[in-house]
Amino acid sequence: MMLIECPHCGPRDENEFRYGGQAGVAYPERPAELGDEEWAAYVFMRDNPKGWFHERWFHTSGCRTWFTVHRHTVTHEIRP
Amino acid sequence: MNFLFDGRSYTGLPGDTLAAALLRNGVRIVGHSVDLGRPRGVFSAGSEEPNALVQVGADPMVAATTVELHEGLTARSLRGRGRVDPAAADERRCDKGYLHADVLVIGAGPAGLAAALAAGEAGARVILVDEQPRPGGDLLNSRVVLDGAPGQAWAASAAARLAMLPETRILSRTTAIGYYDHNYVVAVERRPGGERLWHLRARRVVLATGAHERSVAFPGNDRPGVMLASAARAYANRYGVLPGRRAVVFACADSGYEAARDLAAAGAEIAAIVDPRGGPDRVTGVVTGVVTGVMTGVVTGTTADGDGVLDGVLVGDRLVEADLLAVAGGWSPVVHLFSQSQGRLRFDEELQAFVPHLSAQAERSAGACRGVYGTAAAIADGLAAGRQAAELTGFAQPVPVPRVPESDEPEPSPPAALWVCGDDPAASFADLHRDVTVADLARATGAGLSSAEHVKRYTTAGTGADQGKTSAVPGVVAALLGTGPGTTTFRPPYTPVSFATLAGRDRGPLSDPIRVTAMHDAHVARGAVFEDVGQWKRPWYFPLPGETMEEAVERECRAARTGVAAMDASTLGKIDIRGRDAGLFLDRVYTNLYSTLPVGSCRYGVMCTADGMVFDDGVTSRLADDHFLMTTTTGNAAQVLDWLEEWHQTEWPRLEVAFTSVTDHWATVAVAGPGARRVVAAIAPEAVDLPFMTFTEFAHGRVFRISFSGELAFEINVPWPYGRAVWERVLELGAVPYGTETMHVLRAEKGFAIVGQETDGTVTPQDLGMGWIVSRRKPDFVGKRSHARPDTARTGRKTLIGLDTHVPEGAQLTLDGRMVGHVTSSYPRAVLAMARGVGEGQRLVAHDGGREIPVTVVAPVFYDPENLRRDGDPFVQGGVSSFEPVRHSPAGNFAARFEAASKERVRLREVPFVPMWEVRGQDPGRGLRLGPAWWLVTGERPEGGVEVSGQRTVLEISGPGAREVLLTGCPIDLHPSVFTGHAQTSLAKAGVILERVGQDAYRIYVRSSFAAYLSEWLLDALTAYVASFRK
Repeated sequence: MMLIECPHCGPRDENEFRYGGQAGVAYPERPAELGDEEWAAYVFMRDNPKGWFHERWFHTSGCRTWFTVHRHTVTHEIRP
Repeated sequence: MNFLFDGRSYTGLPGDTLAAALLRNGVRIVGHSVDLGRPRGVFSAGSEEPNALVQVGADPMVAATTVELHEGLTARSLRGRGRVDPAAADERRCDKGYLHADVLVIGAGPAGLAAALAAGEAGARVILVDEQPRPGGDLLNSRVVLDGAPGQAWAASAAARLAMLPETRILSRTTAIGYYDHNYVVAVERRPGGERLWHLRARRVVLATGAHERSVAFPGNDRPGVMLASAARAYANRYGVLPGRRAVVFACADSGYEAARDLAAAGAEIAAIVDPRGGPDRVTGVVTGVVTGVMTGVVTGTTADGDGVLDGVLVGDRLVEADLLAVAGGWSPVVHLFSQSQGRLRFDEELQAFVPHLSAQAERSAGACRGVYGTAAAIADGLAAGRQAAELTGFAQPVPVPRVPESDEPEPSPPAALWVCGDDPAASFADLHRDVTVADLARATGAGLSSAEHVKRYTTAGTGADQGKTSAVPGVVAALLGTGPGTTTFRPPYTPVSFATLAGRDRGPLSDPIRVTAMHDAHVARGAVFEDVGQWKRPWYFPLPGETMEEAVERECRAARTGVAAMDASTLGKIDIRGRDAGLFLDRVYTNLYSTLPVGSCRYGVMCTADGMVFDDGVTSRLADDHFLMTTTTGNAAQVLDWLEEWHQTEWPRLEVAFTSVTDHWATVAVAGPGARRVVAAIAPEAVDLPFMTFTEFAHGRVFRISFSGELAFEINVPWPYGRAVWERVLELGAVPYGTETMHVLRAEKGFAIVGQETDGTVTPQDLGMGWIVSRRKPDFVGKRSHARPDTARTGRKTLIGLDTHVPEGAQLTLDGRMVGHVTSSYPRAVLAMARGVGEGQRLVAHDGGREIPVTVVAPVFYDPENLRRDGDPFVQGGVSSFEPVRHSPAGNFAARFEAASKERVRLREVPFVPMWEVRGQDPGRGLRLGPAWWLVTGERPEGGVEVSGQRTVLEISGPGAREVLLTGCPIDLHPSVFTGHAQTSLAKAGVILERVGQDAYRIYVRSSFAAYLSEWLLDALTAYVASFRK
């Protein structure tokens, strides 16, 4: 059970949060103008690195804030 | 103390383990081995025991070496494996608890006690976890002298000093079983009434878990009478039990000499000491006078009497008569938790053991568990580890450091690098628990297996309940392969844990939260049969006496189609949405338009995920220009709120809109049927003339004119406290109560799809034949672009169809032998299916198990396709009595039980009907701040507040024991220095806002639908606490 630092509530157990996958994947400005490949890349394709990863977490059981965590996917080390 | 073992009665002494008591009574054979059925005796004196496995009460398999004797204990021997008896009465009341510390020390031997002292006296919050009934570790078993006094006196004095520290907590009889991410350690405390599973989180961990003595694989090394030297010493010193009269000591390590000395002192005859090393001078001194000489060599076999119990030891050609063979094979540092923490091990050639190498977490090992042997050295190492842990957690102030005492132990010398000897591999056991011999291991390596992991899987060595803690397997495999020893992954739990312990109090009615509506008690009183919908209990149908389900549903349907019927629709998710951009936001998340919806109107909408698939549906009403009320499906309420907040926070933070869950605040009664107006008129006369898809406010709430049955229907929304009264009134007025089954029949007959029934995450609105709800005018909405993807836009996708024949849900449909679809909803008069490439009139085959049923495709509307029924019967003016509903609070029924359970140390009550408001955006200057721009305010209505008085109720727990009760279900740190105000977190399995309102008083704000569950849980926790306090 990881301990995740919520920017509002402080450190809480992992099961108070919902995982939101890779961070920084923005909704495209004008989806209608994208080709099928580009759109599919937005909808379906995400990085899955072995190592450091910027990812989104949502504090469902607490303040209900989305925030970004920098986590090592092998060691679970979390950097501020 | 009297006890029964295998039906015979014996007497032991207080403080005995079952193993000690059995040895005290001369019981040599305690069980038989798992595969070969060989007689086995007590091998160790701790939780590493591979042999002496017994059944105690409902616990099917425990090590006799870990069972504390008590009057009347009843145990049975096992053949290596226990069997759960589901019918056995389990009187245990297990629970769990959460604690937080600066420094967690695991093991209260010399190193652990020293570490706890150093950290605790520096001011750190310390938890010391130890498996034994009292601190001391190996000092309890030994006769070591520290500063001229028995080592146990040092341990007692250290424990006494720890007890003086207010922020130090010692958990005895507690075994740390798992070490997980971010210094999360799980431990099992054996309490009189049942185990407690502790969830411990620490900023630093000191592992002081000691070392296990290991065995050597030689022929006949499994006979009762063969025992670890450290165990023989423990029985002699600690329990005053001689495990044998005439002993041979196989001293591959110095501990053999200590055992020989102590056994002799206890009155045993030492027949021989066999030391492959020849007996290093500095240790043989301790046995001068005990034995005439040390034989250089190895044990090559054993002999046994008719029962299979040891009666002789072979050393080469020489047979030495003996009833005890004490084996000192060397030590295996207990690296299990270190390895579980993902730390890396290395093999130390001198120690012939695996020791911690690279840490992966904020921990440090101290003492024997990292190969630092000797009492004084372990204490010094523990002090250093404790001091370091304190410094690293901010307790660096200089304090007098406890002194390292002088020990009378000789300098340790390296053990023999000996894991296997003798020449009968088939009789030499490498893993006693699993009956794995050297010959078995040789077969594995002979088959080409060269890694320890593969050998383990091939032979099962190390997979027993003891996880091979004392086994010689790594060294034997290395010897067979001619390589260095390899190790397998250490996995939790360190010792076996029963499921009852893991379940704790989460069993029976508390196994999962049961969410109920404001009308639940009325449903129960009416004999409703309930259906689980997620965590909700929803009435499935309301049978009259003697009625079958079919009859009840038929009657309920008839009432809704021809008269008037009512359903509790409170479980539908409800989200209050307000803000200048609320309409714009809804345009982006729904497939249809909401910004154009007139105030006072309702609109049905469908939401898609970004891949274009249907995610949820429901009716959203416009309460004001900047204010909407969204309803969601029962099952998706939480996900939809998450979804809205995700899009708002992560994609469109500039939109001025805020979301507040009001699911529990509003109780909803759906009144359906041509006669519905008459019922609604008696409660909310304003609603009688409502046009379809509009709503009105009334004295106690709102009435919406929406329908999920095709009939004239209203949904009456009132705050939770009024829900029950409104429901009762509606039924008094003649509405027939109906449940979810009838709701499904009514909607299926109208061809209304249900999210999660007709859809499964691969279905678009167009697939459901609902292209009409997908806006072509809007430039974008979530999912729009995906509707133009080649796969979603193609023809030949599964679409919603009807079938003319009642075939079971889930039946597969074929056309000319090709699978074309499946049945999604099925009722006598309405069958819906998803199928591809078929048209009305086409003949298909439905497959139900082995049956093939011919069916014909029809339009997916089975009732009133022209929507003629929608407006029902006209209203006939009648006598309308005024309606003054009484209030019920969510935990109102518990008042008497709360009162009865409240004792001096802890009290429980509901604070009902607290007016509550949620405020977003602007700081109201009072209340509890729940999020960056989110407050809960009680009392007077704040500006811009959303009323949520019915959304939660307040339970108050107070008294000096309140914190101890809360920590059995609340994972956050409740220490008064940390938890000063309030927090939004969980208690048991319910989300709560916890507020500290006094030194020992807490308010728990809990969702109304969870209030009954949490009340039951708190009563249970409180009763358990009061009971444990009496003990």
